[in-house]
Amino acid sequence: MNRFSYLRASSVSEAVEAVAGDPAARFIAGGTNLVDLMKYDVERPGRLVDITRLPLNGIEKTPGGGVKIGALVPNSDLAYDDRIRRDYPLLSSAILAGASAQLRNAATTGGNLLQRTRCYYFYDVGTPCNKREPGSGCSAIGGETRIHAILGASDSCIATHPSDMCVALSALEAVVHVQGPRGDRTIPFADFHRLPGDQPEKDNTLEHGEMVTAVELPAPRFGRHHTYLKLRDRLSYAFALVSVAAAIELDGDNIGKARVALGGVAHKPWRDADAEASLKGVLPSSSAFADFADRLLSGARGQGENDFKIELARRAIVRALGQAASGTPQVQSVKQVN
Amino acid sequence: MSNVHPYVGRAQPRVDGPLKVSGLARYSAEFAADDLVYAAAVPSTIAKGRIVRIDASAAQSAPGVVEILTHENRPNMPAEDEPYKADMVAVPGGPFRPLRDDRIWFSGQPAALVIADTHENARHAATLVKVEYEALTPEVDVSNARDRAYDPPEKRNGIPPPPPPRGDAEATFKGSVIRLEEEYRVSAEHHNPMELQATTVEWDDGRLVIHNKTQGVNNPKNYVCSVFGLDPEAVQVSTPFVGGAFGMALRPHYDLTLAVMAALKLKRSVRLVLTRGQMYTMGWRPDTLQTVALSAGEDGRLTSVRHEVIQATSQFEDYQEPTVNWSGLVYDCPNVTLGHKLAKVDTSTPSDMRAPGATLGMFALETAMDELSYKLKLDPLELRLKNYAEADQNDGKPFSSKELKAAYETGAERFRWSKRSPEPRSMKEGRELVGYGMATGCWEAMMQPHGASAALTADGRLEVACGTADIGTGTYTILTQIGADAFSMPIEEVTALVGDTRLPMAPVEGGSWAAASAGNAVRLACAALKEELVKRARGLDDSPLANASVDHVVFRDGRIALASDENVAVSYAKLLGAAEGGRIEAMAKFAPDKEFAEKFSSYTHSAVFAEVRVDEELGVVRVERIVSAIAAGKILNLATARSQILGGVVMGIGMALHEETKWDKRLGRIVNANLGEYHVPAHADVKNIDVIFVDEEDDANPLGVKGLGEIGIVGAAAAIGNAVFHATGRRVRHLPITIDKLL
Ligand SMILES: Cc1cc2nc3c(=O)[nH]c(=O)nc-3n(C[C@H](O)[C@H](O)[C@H](O)COP(=O)(O)OP(=O)(O)OC[C@H]3O[C@@H](n4cnc5c(N)ncnc54)[C@H](O)[C@@H]3O)c2cc1C
Ligand code: SF4
Repeated sequence: MNRFSYLRASSVSEAVEAVAGDPAARFIAGGTNLVDLMKYDVERPGRLVDITRLPLNGIEKTPGGGVKIGALVPNSDLAYDDRIRRDYPLLSSAILAGASAQLRNAATTGGNLLQRTRCYYFYDVGTPCNKREPGSGCSAIGGETRIHAILGASDSCIATHPSDMCVALSALEAVVHVQGPRGDRTIPFADFHRLPGDQPEKDNTLEHGEMVTAVELPAPRFGRHHTYLKLRDRLSYAFALVSVAAAIELDGDNIGKARVALGGVAHKPWRDADAEASLKGVLPSSSAFADFADRLLSGARGQGENDFKIELARRAIVRALGQAASGTPQVQSVKQVN
Repeated sequence: MSNVHPYVGRAQPRVDGPLKVSGLARYSAEFAADDLVYAAAVPSTIAKGRIVRIDASAAQSAPGVVEILTHENRPNMPAEDEPYKADMVAVPGGPFRPLRDDRIWFSGQPAALVIADTHENARHAATLVKVEYEALTPEVDVSNARDRAYDPPEKRNGIPPPPPPRGDAEATFKGSVIRLEEEYRVSAEHHNPMELQATTVEWDDGRLVIHNKTQGVNNPKNYVCSVFGLDPEAVQVSTPFVGGAFGMALRPHYDLTLAVMAALKLKRSVRLVLTRGQMYTMGWRPDTLQTVALSAGEDGRLTSVRHEVIQATSQFEDYQEPTVNWSGLVYDCPNVTLGHKLAKVDTSTPSDMRAPGATLGMFALETAMDELSYKLKLDPLELRLKNYAEADQNDGKPFSSKELKAAYETGAERFRWSKRSPEPRSMKEGRELVGYGMATGCWEAMMQPHGASAALTADGRLEVACGTADIGTGTYTILTQIGADAFSMPIEEVTALVGDTRLPMAPVEGGSWAAASAGNAVRLACAALKEELVKRARGLDDSPLANASVDHVVFRDGRIALASDENVAVSYAKLLGAAEGGRIEAMAKFAPDKEFAEKFSSYTHSAVFAEVRVDEELGVVRVERIVSAIAAGKILNLATARSQILGGVVMGIGMALHEETKWDKRLGRIVNANLGEYHVPAHADVKNIDVIFVDEEDDANPLGVKGLGEIGIVGAAAAIGNAVFHATGRRVRHLPITIDKLL
């Protein structure tokens, strides 16, 4: 870990100004990812701007019937919030599927969005990595790829975004509120994270100095027809090999609207609006879900070691849609998949 | 208070528990010293090759840096290997020596040592040391090295090589109808104890007090005296607490060598704490390729057993562990061939890890036995009983005791094994397939010479001491129990001391021998102290016990009293008042009974039963319950003993389903050298574990103890794998059984 200076920001604009004016400065929230990366010498910020004292920890109703979640709301508080559990159980469930209780207590809403990949090589400064050092090469390609992408990867980078929460936010079509040196803006969730392309160093579309202030959810609509299904290398406390956030609005017996996002498979939560549209008017059935899975996974490509994730994702999608359609979402404390 | 005795045999809570939960137990990285400086090792980024250049200039001028040592400027060290072999657990070959020269043997090998005024400054400066390498292509996969496998030219001291063949396994196998031959593999594992490897050297004008994470203080002491030419009188190693080790802290590691090197060079106290990543640069359970070939008659009796292993070792040492020997003694069979070969890879030297050899070998044997049971259409438990060994055929000796049959029976009953339907895929619960599997475990019951002392101290307390270690297993507690029973004292009035070279001599704590060895040594020391007390009581002026002998007195309530009339007594206070320094001490030495060992083989056994639930479509395996029935002689403490078995079983779950050290095969670097990506079981992976101790009388030592730190893991992974087969009909012969292997 390098030496750094520390500023405890007392207002959002002070924080934004401090980071925007200094290329080596970083926001720090819960620190559960950033501090680890500093210990590994992956992140070497010259200055840390602590935003944890800023008044961004409310969960408020919006005029449109949705909810606005402050960037500093801890993952645990969000997961156990009464309104979130009632109106957005998919979000609550996805959060509880991630990390450990201790980490969720410390981790924040904004930090969770901005957490970096768990690619082994990204963490190992002894190896080349385009995300860490643009232009140095990608060590993962041809190497150990169990946890790498099967969708949307590039020749420069095959990393995945590791968050569970973001997979639910993607399915729920959240909007990210941002304050930057040039003012405020909102970013639809689908445009927040990006694919690696030839700029894998950019995880998302934020400019340096822009701060996430809140995440907004539209009015709830899926009732019990949702699920978060996470498959991993042990029954708890491991990142997703594949996860599925699914939400369905029924129109009589048929599917009215479906939202499906995949985690653990790409550089961002993976959705395909066309594939989702194809479910409209369809009677829920395993074969319909299997067709949908094929569409969502069209273009999936393994890296060798992670080839199995394509088949695993296919099966997980079918299972998850079945859970959502029947209104029997996976309960995270129950380790048996229903 | 006498109604509380005996303590031995009860579920006595850990005497060191309060110290541990309150943070008062001090570990090697926590000892304070005046003027202490902090070291950090710079890990090599290549796995094989040479250091071409080291540029330490940026590091040198970083804040707080005191010194940077490399192979170019380190103090002189002995050139030959011999001094570095002053290690009770050494293996054949040339031990690794940090900063020896420019050669890189394994990834993460220390290329330089930075010493600074704070831990943080040292760690930071370590990142600034620029090392230029000339890299060669490493080989880290033992399966690629199999063509170069060889018989170890020198056998490892203390590790029995495979016994010579008996009968003709090959011909029998060839002539058999019912037979199988398969290859089994267990991925490499690392120990991952909670406590990091660490050394604090207190430098006091040439005298060294060393706190080094170790499973036996005498080992690092001998090693540093030998390597650095130090006067044993001027070196003390003191390690009262060890935060888990599992075999990793048996041998001296480079944290010790480097910390002492720096302290001697700087004439200052030095601390070196390795990083979690560096914990993967030393000692690991070797990757193995095992072939097991079995044949049997229609009656289910084994006719031949062949078990051969190719085991990974480093380029510089021939590490060996007893992997295949079990296959010659667990079952009765006339034709047995066992073989053990090594293959070199570009890694650090593997090391003993909880039940070394047995864990791997019994996984292979017990999986093969399960496969055989299906070929024979015989219940797997029945197959074991049909081939039950009444004697150790490797050595041609009877067992000192073997209650494995009782373990099978009680375990099967508790598990309700009879509810198992024989066909694979025949049991279901909801969506999940249900599988029952079982396996046998075996571990040698060993003992080593140990010294111990017992003393009455001025405050009337009993102090028992032995230079062994408590690596979290409960050694403090059992020694305290033994002392308290010997003197019929409340356990609160007894103190046990371990982990210091000033205490009576003991070897490293390993092989599950500490309970039997240190326990019997303390028992003898207490007996010697009684003799000493009676002698002194007799010698008092007008002694009421003038003619008494140990056989005629009782030790109770702070006094020695005549058994025939307890009113006739001498108080300890009186004896202590007359004693020099207000302390009366006696020493004793315990040595295993050689004659007994020549006549009998001593082993612990287990019967492990596992139930798994498998979501076949998604490849998700859940271990619903495990019953582990143990035959391990006398149980000194039901609580700590149960914990040992629980921990072993949990580690077995990890071996079966999770643990795997992954190397990038091109770079020779471990990619998951942290507890986030190296998966050990989480709470959710561990449901019901039922531990049973069956009665077993054994005469190998007076306490009747066999030890049980290791037996708990043996067989557990095979039982789980066998249950997965029973559930799904899929045989996974390469552990761990991860989702992708079941899709
Ligand atoms: C062992 C381990 C296991 C884990 N397992 C899981 C898992 O299974 N699933 C899962 O989803 N997650 C998992 N996590 C990750 C965890 O969810 C993240 O570390 C956490 O959400 C990050 O939040 P934080 O507030 O601590 O972020 P920090 O570490 O403080 O910050 C992370 C990044 O976000 C930036 N940042 C923080 N807040 C803002 C803001 N408001 N605006 C702009 N930038 C900001 C920081 O500059 C930094 O770059 C795991 C973490 C660990 C260590
Ligand atoms: S996959 Fe991306 S993060 Fe991983 S090594 Fe390649 S470039 Fe770096």
